[in-house]
Amino acid sequence: MDKTLALTEVTSQLESGMTIGIGGWGSRRKPMALVKEILRSDITDLTVVAFGGPDVGLLARAGKIRKLVYGFVSLDSIPLDPNFTRARERGGIPETSEYDEGMFVAGLRAGANRLSFQPIRAGLGSDVMAMNPDLKTVKSPYDEEEYVAVPGLRLDVSLIHLNRADAAGNGQYLGPDPYFDDLFAMAADRTIMSVEQIVSTDDLTAKAPPQSLLVPRIFVNHVVEAPGGAHFTSCEPDYGRDEDFQKTYVAAAKSDADSDWTEFEERYL
Amino acid sequence: MTLQTISRADVCVAAVSDAFKGSGEVLAHAVGIVPAIGVRLAKATHTPELALSDGEAFMMAEAPPLLKTAAAGGVPEAWVPFRSIFDIVASGRRHSMMGASQIDRHGNQNISSIGDWRQPKRQLIGVRGAPGNTVNHRVDYWVAKHSARIFVDSVDVASGVGNDRAVGTAGRFHDLGVVVTNLAVFGYDENGLIKVNSIHPGVTPEELQEATGFPIDATDAPLTREPTEEELKIISAEDPKGLRHREVPES
Repeated sequence: MDKTLALTEVTSQLESGMTIGIGGWGSRRKPMALVKEILRSDITDLTVVAFGGPDVGLLARAGKIRKLVYGFVSLDSIPLDPNFTRARERGGIPETSEYDEGMFVAGLRAGANRLSFQPIRAGLGSDVMAMNPDLKTVKSPYDEEEYVAVPGLRLDVSLIHLNRADAAGNGQYLGPDPYFDDLFAMAADRTIMSVEQIVSTDDLTAKAPPQSLLVPRIFVNHVVEAPGGAHFTSCEPDYGRDEDFQKTYVAAAKSDADSDWTEFEERYL
Repeated sequence: MTLQTISRADVCVAAVSDAFKGSGEVLAHAVGIVPAIGVRLAKATHTPELALSDGEAFMMAEAPPLLKTAAAGGVPEAWVPFRSIFDIVASGRRHSMMGASQIDRHGNQNISSIGDWRQPKRQLIGVRGAPGNTVNHRVDYWVAKHSARIFVDSVDVASGVGNDRAVGTAGRFHDLGVVVTNLAVFGYDENGLIKVNSIHPGVTPEELQEATGFPIDATDAPLTREPTEEELKIISAEDPKGLRHREVPES
């Protein structure tokens, strides 16, 4: 079974108006090579669901996000992404759904399990309820408790980046944290997974324990070999975050002169 | 007047440590340099059972160098990637000290955005885990630069749930503790309103009132205690480069 797909073919699998989940966390193991393909294309009007980092910043700056579902957007070593804050302050993201991080996970779990909602305590009493007027609570059928009913997040496509995979789409992470990439894959109708390296199935468990096999092929439609595909975010242990590059990104994004950003964007893409 | 040898930052670290006294065998979550040192001090002195995190995926029996992860040293004792963190939050076995961009007299905290959230004047990081933390386990706040822009009449986005909003299920495990700032330590009175627990040595009640956007009364407040010799040794061993003095400069 061969699910390999050339990086340049990725956008043939995507359409404007889709709901796209993006794996990773903040500025960690983001599928940046896949995101760059979207940035180079005409695809727009996206609903983006992510624990946001520069993926969200870049897509927001390019005006490709119609709706953003997020718990935070951060570059980790630099707390705020200026492209994201700028887009929000100028009304550049028409619709937002800001959730507590735990609610976000509950929504993904419900989506992955094909449930209409998952109950959670988080969100009660906070302005998350006011910022998401469609959110409803649910009364426990067993006692007097009342929980937030986080609606299931179903995704048309998920984009994730892992360390290794075989051609059949079994994905392996080798860093300290799996983040929620398996959940993103399960909550999506289709998943495109980029990896640092495609290896034989034998090789996957030859050098790492079987617990590192995070995403089973039944949830993966396409595998893209993209060495350095998470740059400038981290992809431990293959490489850490490129802090210098991230600083350059932030400086260009922050600049009042639009030419600074255009220059960066041209170089970056 | 005696020679002032104890720095404001060290007073703050000791106050953070005191906030974790009696927390028991829970995961300490500390945002900021002073809180990160404070929980290490708490573990090294009165609460050895406290569990520290490396800010990434590990619980640490021995903490890594300050602001570094397990990759830089220390001894991991448990694997707690982000997916377990939300389960730990819901279990209640956690104690957070978070930052605050705004905080009101009921203890509502904002880290999301300033102004109308639909198109904010200033977008911040997002609510992150504040809504979930505050309805699940003890939460304290740390404010490194106490000002009337942070201590406000009402917050623009209630990210962390204050005492006035903690009703029904939201109130079941709600537990706001203290607010440690570079000027004072606050608690909450029987009505859930912020009150001054202690004022740091060298700060006047007038100065504190001026830096707070709602009325407070610090006239009878005791002084925040100074760290002991032993504590000072631990603090400087945990922070040999003195990063805490950058977060809390001498006024």
